Amino acid sequence: MSWFSISALVTRSALNRPATRLYPIEKRTPYPKTRGHIAFKITDCTFCTLCAVKCPTGAIVVGKTDNTWAIDHGRCILCGNCVESCRESCISLRQQSWHSMQEQEVIRYR
Amino acid sequence: MSKTTIVPFGPQHPVLPEPIHLDLELDDERVVQALPSIGYVHRGLELLAERHNFIEMAQVAERICGICSFIHSQGYCQGIEQLLGLKVPPRAAYLRTMWAEMSRIQSHLLWLGLSADAFGFESLFQHSWRIREMLVDMIEETTGGRVIFGTCKVGGIRKDVDAETLQRIGGKIREMESAFNEISHIFSIDRTVKQRTVGIGVLTAEDAHALGAVGPVLRASGHARDLRQLGYAAYGELDWEPIVETAGDCYARCIVRLREISQSIDLIKQCIDRMPSGEIEVTFKGKRPQGETMIRLEQPRGEVCYYMCANGGKNLERFRVRTPTFANIAPLVHMLKGCELADVPVILLTIDPCVSCNER
Repeated sequence: MSWFSISALVTRSALNRPATRLYPIEKRTPYPKTRGHIAFKITDCTFCTLCAVKCPTGAIVVGKTDNTWAIDHGRCILCGNCVESCRESCISLRQQSWHSMQEQEVIRYR
Repeated sequence: MSKTTIVPFGPQHPVLPEPIHLDLELDDERVVQALPSIGYVHRGLELLAERHNFIEMAQVAERICGICSFIHSQGYCQGIEQLLGLKVPPRAAYLRTMWAEMSRIQSHLLWLGLSADAFGFESLFQHSWRIREMLVDMIEETTGGRVIFGTCKVGGIRKDVDAETLQRIGGKIREMESAFNEISHIFSIDRTVKQRTVGIGVLTAEDAHALGAVGPVLRASGHARDLRQLGYAAYGELDWEPIVETAGDCYARCIVRLREISQSIDLIKQCIDRMPSGEIEVTFKGKRPQGETMIRLEQPRGEVCYYMCANGGKNLERFRVRTPTFANIAPLVHMLKGCELADVPVILLTIDPCVSCNER
């Protein structure tokens, strides 16, 4: 039994660089697989609504008649179902996380 | 006869990350009886299964708990696969095992940090979480998420991990192991840890069995029962033995978790070394689950049971989850009887309560 078993570790940690980053000055690089946010490219979209059907939270709303596509980033859980279901490869997962939101943000494409 | 006082403990308390309420009946400083009440964070996830498509539900099941997230989706998918009569390819089974073990390590490291914080050892708490961060980074590198893995699906897994990444993870896990061994040594020998845990909250082997304790609480009381012995996923092909301690006190439960982290590191190394090649999923187009099944898995906190009943539709007819925290509440109430008020937070934490998981 020892009273000071952690002292060597604590001394070493105190002399080394901090384990944390100076966020937001220093940002971490995401990994290639990191699910950051959903990006959309409207040019190839056929408005088939498959992505909206597969979305488990109903974050995607597709207007078949007026050719619109909208995503609510507050509802999106980044599951990637829409990316997998899109036949035209319009939807992709990007590594950078979406910025913090103070209110509901729905991004509309037309 | 002395007069007893009732002191409310929780739902908001510095040691509790989640809300659970205990009415502690005290005789001076000694607990005579503890009455738990739960239900503060009920979300109705079981009912949601009856309204969601059974394929999409794997993602909802993963959100039952933020710590054992992957094991919840694994359990759900195993149940559906059993109902559909699917056999998961070996590579998917190995990757599932690897991620389940990563989930176990991060849960136990989180618990070690929280328990160090509960008995006032701040620096040990910070160092435990620093090691946990290394592992969470590995999870993100292989799955893309830090808390919600999102990789388990009915019939296999969603994303493969290439050989290069697996090698890199193998190197990182060895790095993490040496950092963890240092922390593990401190937890095992430090006087501060021992003074707050040795001989506190003793649960005998007979009581643990009679009260239906599960997981590390059961194994710390001398029962070699671990659901991974059933051999689901790839556990049947890996070399491991359940970790058992016999003292049954808070210190024994701490040691069980420390030894389980070392064992999980070893299991991850075995998975990486023996990783088979091939497909990562099987297709089941057009098939719908029918019948009923019961699935049991070993979570970091203990045994979790899933009951599923399907009638051939796209939704399940009934989905029921019995989480390990629920099973460990009865042993907790028993352990609290006769303890000092100051020991209540430590005893409560040693069952590793996950209240949101418990209330679904």
